[in-house]
Amino acid sequence: MPVTIQIPAALRAFANGQTEVSAEGATAGEVIAAFAEAYPDIGTHLYDETGALRSFINVYVGDANIKNLDGLDTPVKDGDSVMLVPAIAGGAPGSAWA
Amino acid sequence: MISLPDEAELAIRAEGERAYPDECCGALLGGFDGESGKIVKAILPIGNSSETAERFHRFTIGPGDFMRAEREAKARNMDLIGFYHSHPDHPAEPSDYDLEHALPFYSYVIVAVEQGAASGLTSWEMSADRARFLRESQNQGQNLEAPPRTPQGDQSP
Ligand SMILES: [Zn+2]
Repeated sequence: MPVTIQIPAALRAFANGQTEVSAEGATAGEVIAAFAEAYPDIGTHLYDETGALRSFINVYVGDANIKNLDGLDTPVKDGDSVMLVPAIAGGAPGSAWA
Repeated sequence: MISLPDEAELAIRAEGERAYPDECCGALLGGFDGESGKIVKAILPIGNSSETAERFHRFTIGPGDFMRAEREAKARNMDLIGFYHSHPDHPAEPSDYDLEHALPFYSYVIVAVEQGAASGLTSWEMSADRARFLRESQNQGQNLEAPPRTPQGDQSP
């Protein structure tokens, strides 16, 4: 079931500049995994060393954040749009270093 | 290389001082110049979404604010080209936490705020392999003057 993945601007350079690609899968997690497999240089930024989706990557199916649905198990259907939206986070070294 | 006009730099410093002892954060809007050069044309302050008790050393721009920043950039015919945040009472160097949460492509401007007064300001871009931040050279954008000419011209061979 082809689903459209919207690629964040920061990662487009690793997908030949494309703004969106189609990927197959029954759930949001499967679709993103297929996308990361097709573009391994993007996968590095989506998944951490343990294979978990990085905490700052948010996934929307249509207008809904999958955090409010079934997470990566959220089902997707033909024609759905999956959007990867980063949160931006950071900070100074922890107080222990101060 | 990033062009940061004085006006934008002063605004980031002021945001850092205003938020002290918490961290401030916001987006850099602008455009591109050549292969990797960026030109900042406006800054967009964004409220720090980290837990109140964590804001002295953490900032978060949630996905909703991220999408709003992208829309704002588009509405102004610009691109979202990076982000800024402050390091209260820490130097303007990226932390390990910054690196773990960074994306390639964007510029990350950091302003140190010492005892409430903005001091060092630096800009960084993460390497594509996520291994480290690379310092970006900065100029002052449109305020930069043309380089001085040699009085008698070059003596070409
Ligand atoms: Zn930081």
